[in-house]
This record gives sequence, C-alpha cells and structure tokens, in this order.
Amino acid sequence: MTGSGLAAPASGAARAPGALRAISPAARSSLLRAASILGILALWELGGRIPVSLTFPSFSATAAAFGGMLVDGTFLGAYAETVGPLLVGVALTGLGGVAAGVLMGLSPRAEWLGLPVFVILQAAPAAAIVPLITFIYGIGFAAKVFAVVLLSTPVIVLNSYRGIRNTPVSLIEMSEAFLASRWQRIWKVILPAASGLIFAGLRLGLAQGFTGAILAELLITPTGVGDLITFYRSQAEYDHMYASILSIILVASVTITLLQRLEQVMFRPELRSP
Amino acid sequence: MTIAGRRVPMALSLLVWFALWEVIGRAELVFLIPPFTDVLVAIGSVATSERFAGAAMITLQAFGIGMGLALTFGIGAGFLMGRVRAFGDVLGMWANIFESSPLTAIVPAMMALLGFGLPTMIVTVFLFSVWVIALDTQVGVTHVTQSLLEMGRSFGASRRQLLLKIVLLAALPEILAGIRLGLIRGVKGVVIGQLLIAIVGIGYLFERYSRNFLMAEFWALLIIVFAFAYAASETVAYFERKVAFYATTR
Amino acid sequence: MTDAKAGTDATAAPGPPAGAGEPAVRVVELTKDYPGGVRALEGVTFDVPAGELTSLIGPSGCGKTTTLKIVAGLIPATSGQVIVEGRPVTGPGPERAFVFQDFALLPWANVLRNVAFGLELRGVPRAEREATAREFIAKTNLTGFEHHYPHQLSGGMRQRVGLARALAVDADILLMDEPFASVDEQIRRAFQEDLLRLLSEARKTVLFVTHSIEEAVYVSDQIVILTRGPGRVSNAVRPEIARDGSSDEIRRSRGYLDAVEEIWGELRGYVEQDMHAVQGPAQGATS
Repeated sequence: MTGSGLAAPASGAARAPGALRAISPAARSSLLRAASILGILALWELGGRIPVSLTFPSFSATAAAFGGMLVDGTFLGAYAETVGPLLVGVALTGLGGVAAGVLMGLSPRAEWLGLPVFVILQAAPAAAIVPLITFIYGIGFAAKVFAVVLLSTPVIVLNSYRGIRNTPVSLIEMSEAFLASRWQRIWKVILPAASGLIFAGLRLGLAQGFTGAILAELLITPTGVGDLITFYRSQAEYDHMYASILSIILVASVTITLLQRLEQVMFRPELRSP
Repeated sequence: MTIAGRRVPMALSLLVWFALWEVIGRAELVFLIPPFTDVLVAIGSVATSERFAGAAMITLQAFGIGMGLALTFGIGAGFLMGRVRAFGDVLGMWANIFESSPLTAIVPAMMALLGFGLPTMIVTVFLFSVWVIALDTQVGVTHVTQSLLEMGRSFGASRRQLLLKIVLLAALPEILAGIRLGLIRGVKGVVIGQLLIAIVGIGYLFERYSRNFLMAEFWALLIIVFAFAYAASETVAYFERKVAFYATTR
Repeated sequence: MTDAKAGTDATAAPGPPAGAGEPAVRVVELTKDYPGGVRALEGVTFDVPAGELTSLIGPSGCGKTTTLKIVAGLIPATSGQVIVEGRPVTGPGPERAFVFQDFALLPWANVLRNVAFGLELRGVPRAEREATAREFIAKTNLTGFEHHYPHQLSGGMRQRVGLARALAVDADILLMDEPFASVDEQIRRAFQEDLLRLLSEARKTVLFVTHSIEEAVYVSDQIVILTRGPGRVSNAVRPEIARDGSSDEIRRSRGYLDAVEEIWGELRGYVEQDMHAVQGPAQGATS
C-alpha cells in the first residue's frame, strides 16, 4: 500500500551541497529531518505570535499547556478513558477479524459471502454511523468499543484475507507433493506465509480504531482525550486544545512506528516471500 | 464459489445480505434497521429531495476542490520525494506521521481557525487524502528501474523527457493506486468534517435524519454516499488495471 | 516430424530393459484440457523403465511440465491414466518425490528444516528426521549451511536443498521439473555430474523435464520427445553412449553427438516457428 518513510536512493537523484556530503547518508537524513521539525516549530511559533488568528496559539504556549497537562494528570486520566475501549475493541476485532479473514482466505464459500461486504465496509464512510451508536449503547464504554470495532474491522479482515490468498502457489504445491494434510498445509505453510500481512492488518486496525475512539469522543461520549479537545474549545483555551491534539498525533505516530519496527524484526520480509 | 459446477459471481452474495436485512427489518428486531425495501424506496425520495440537492452541491464543491488540491500537491510532492533523496527523507517522515494519525482530531482546530463552512471542509478533504497520494507516488517513482533510466539517458533524453516519457508512465499504476485510496479517504474526510461541523451538507443531513429517527432515509443516504465513493474509486481502478503493465520491471 | 504414434518408432522402443520387469511408470493415452477449450496434451503415451533416467524434452508449450505434474498427482488428467508401480495415480504419493523448478523452499525455515520438511509432514520424530536431513545435506555438499536461510543462498545452493529434500524421503521415483534451469551454465554441468553420482549410489527411477538437448543426452538412458499444439509424443530415443570416459570424452563421442543431432532435427522446426511468432498471453499449459 503506502511507502515507508524512507525513499530508496532515487535514480538520478539530486546531490546535496558539499558540506552535507561529508556526513553519512543516514546521519544526513536524520539531520534534515530534525531541521524540518525545528523549522515547522519555528513557523508555528511565529504564527502564534503574529497572531494568525485569536484561536491559533504559539508553539511555546502549546508546549507550556502540554507540560502542565502532563504534570497534573489530565493526560493520564483522559488517555486511560480512551485507551481502555480502544484495546478492548482491537482485541475483539483482532481475534474475530483475523479468524474471519483467514476463513475467507481458505474457504471459497466464506469468501463469496464475506468479501463484498467487507470491501463495502472498507470503502463506505462508516463514520456516519457513529452518532447512531448512542441509541443502542448510550454514551459510555460500550459505545466507544463499538466505534472502535466498526472502524477497525474491515482493514483487519481484508489484510488477513489477502495474506492467506497471497501464499505462493509453488509452496502449496510443494506441500501437496510431500503429502501434507489439509491441517499441515494451513499450519505449516499458509499461516506462516500470511503472518506478515496479518500483523500489518492489526497495526492498521489499531490506527483506525484510535480514529474511531476519537470520533466517538468528539461526537457522542464526553470522556477521554477527544473530549479534552471539545472541552478546551468551549472554554476558548486554545493552547490546551492544541496541546491535546498534539498529544494525539504524538501517541499515534510513536505507537505505529514502534509497531512497524516490531513488524520488521518479527516478520522479516525476506523470510516471508521467496 | 461454484454451485452445481457453475461459477457464482461474488456480487450476488450481497443479495443474501439484503435478504437478511429485509428479514431483520420486518421483524423489527433492531429499531435502527428498517426493512431493506423501505431503504430502497427512501433512496429514491432522498435523492430527489431539495435538501439533498443542496447538501450534495456543497459537499461536491468541498470534495472537488479538496481532492484537486490533494492531487496537485500530493503527486507533485510524491515526485519530489521519489527523485530527490533529501525530500524523500524529510517529507516522507511527515507524510508517514500524518498518514497514520487520527486526523479527525485536527478538525476541531480547523473549525476554530477557519469557521464552519467550505474552507474547513476543503482542508479536511485535503488532509485526509494527500498523504496516501504522496506516499504511493513516491513508491511508484522510486520503483522505476535504473536500467530504464539509463537507457533513456543513453539515447540522449533530457531531464524533462526522462520525467515525462519514462518516470511518469512507469510510476503511473502506483500513482493511480494512491489516487484510488485517496478518493475513498477524501469521501470519509468530507463526511467526518461535516459530521463535526454539523450544520452543513451531507453531515447535517445524516444528523437530521438520525435525530428524527428517519432510519430508512439515513441508510438511504449512506448508500448514496457510498455508491459515489465506490463509483469514483472503481473508475480509477479501471484505469489502474489498464495501465498495470506499464510497471513491468523486466 | 513424426506424429502421435507413441513409442513405436524407429530409434528405439522405450520399453523395460531386459530382465527389469514392469516399468516404474506407465503413461497411457494422457489427455489434458484446460477451461476455455485449450488442449494441452493429447494421447501422450510412454514408459519410464525402473532404475533409469528418462527425460522429457520438447519446445516450450508442449506440455512437458504438465505431464510431469500429472505423474506427480498434482494436476488431474482429463482422460488417460498414469500407472505407478502397478497402481493408477489418484494424487501425490510416498513413492514419488518432486523437485521444483523455482525451488519452493519455505523462506522462513533454515536449510535443515527445509530438507527435513517431507519427513516432518509424515510425522517422523525430530531427532530422526534431522539426522536423515544431515545425511542428505552432506550428500549434496551443503554441510555447514544447515542454519542458513534460503535468501542467504545462491540459486544453485537452493536447488541442492530442494534435491536433498526430495532424496530424504527415500521415494523410488524422482520427478524433476527443469531442476537446473535457474542455475548458471558452469554450475549446471557440475550438477549433472552430481546427479549421476547420487543416482549411482541409490537405485531410483527418474523422470526429468528439460529443454536442453545436451543435458538430456548427457544424463538420460531414454529421451522422450514431445511436440506441441497439442502435446504428443513424437519420438523416443535411447542414446548409445559408452559411459566409461571422462565427461569431456563423453561429450565428444559419436553416440552423444549423433543423439543430439537427431533430437535437434526433430525440434528444429519448432524453433523456427518460435522465431516468427508473436508473444501472446500465457496459455493454460506452458510446457
């Protein structure tokens, strides 16, 4: 699907100025990235001081608010309320979704029944359904779990399905030639071959689930970190509001990047595809 | 799958699900789920209503402008990222950060900054779709084989010719894949944006139908929006299949 | 170009050698159709004498790999039969082992596990199967690489793993699908020698698909030539080569050169066809 953050040495790529060329490529890219972060923060600071808008806090104000919320436990309390339903929801979809995807991959009947449905769920703006959840699950824990499940299921199911279907035919034929039973084929060849994509699906599902939790908090349940955003906006405390948003971006990127690294180590791609 | 030896197309399984929907609706098991036939009828009435026309207008405007911007900047950035290593490292980092973050959280800030109208919606569509377009373009561009470029240079191609005659075409399948995904995310973006803004467009309509328990109309609207997103993405997918062989590496 | 009459032609009868009894494999009137009306094989008939190496050779698209996979029990025939050791084939079986053209190694398993995989599937206990695997790793000159992974090995070494795996299950019949095609020329000759040496140590029947005439003549006791459109047995040749010289002497001997010339004569027309053909989409049967 999407590329990793690193571009391979691009063919015919432009060369960096003399001074930079002296450093190793890896160090150079880290340096440039750090520089870009500082640049963005500087622009942010500037924008807040002009000010671009009364509702736009400078970076320093946001950072101060961030620090304050970290220290006084606001973040802790809010994230506790968000992460709980998120983990429960992803655990549910993880188990059920992977099972469903694997089943669809192995059984033509299950594939026939399930594939169109999940493709539609993946493409449709399921977010529209979130406000409806209150009618059944109220405004608490269960409602958030449902939102998480709603948004994360399609990607987990489809990735598991694709992982199974992408097992190289030659490996399956080989296992048939050496007289593998159906179970042996599934356990020893198909599932190991699919494990990389299954894990990738779980990672993407976690990201989608987080979106679902935030959406639920913005629309229906007045708890958690999404609610921090709504609350501070209503109080016109924009520095705290931006701090909350920043925390969400940080938590999401750090977690997903760590999971990507884990994926690289556990499911080394060169070990999966021949 | 096959029944009695003849292949049954997968789309037909939807009929099974629709039948299930009808049964659940008729039995009134869940009040949120009316009979499917009611929903079908409602599609007609919703699509022809004035409210829908107005909502669709503003939604399509926001979607069109936002996607246009996302395509321009996304493909452009993707090219830069693929051809110049420095840009690839830096912009790639940002794109990956935003691509996996719940961008929904940014929308309230946009609303405070830009108000409750078209600008916020356009920015939301842009932010939801641009990252995947840029990243997929980058992948497509970096996967152009070295030998193809060397061949072009050996025949005296200028930089511009290399870009337009070789790189663009060889990367095209991947770029189209990014556009297809970007379209779907753009639709999600415009819907989420409008749900949060709540007083305009399709989002407002959704909110109105659910508030008044007009469930058949609600599902009808959801089906219409999905149909639009699906039609757009399948159109791109059609072209993607047609040019898939542009990316053969040997 | 001789046509559909199988095995009854001039050069030799591909029957069992004197005193050997039943052929290990009999292919009888094999026909294979693919959906869409493509007929890949028609009436293919030949015998594979026990303890000998028989090659299947022919132009691309003649159905030799299809035939091999039908003998392996991996693909069903549309009509006709394959009889292995007196019993008709209904699927894969323990008396036949397959060596794949693209190696088909488990990328996440090391060499030791890959070689032992056939035994693992049969439920052989770990200590025993690893010991057997090590034995065949030694015979294929892979000692020292037991804990390497396929992606760390060259093409030639990967193919040796595939061969060791097939030998480890001690099947009577080895089915080899262009095993040396993905390996470079210098290594290829070494492999041919190694194969003959391994086979001299253990009496096995081998059915070997190749598109190299020299290779077929060098290693085979019998060469079955298939033509295409649809695939049929055109001829069967028994090269008359004295195998008591060095490999270079053999490759220059009268018998060797005559056999190569004869087979080349049969296939020449197809090569000319290929030179003038337009590359179309892949069909159901690709050799």
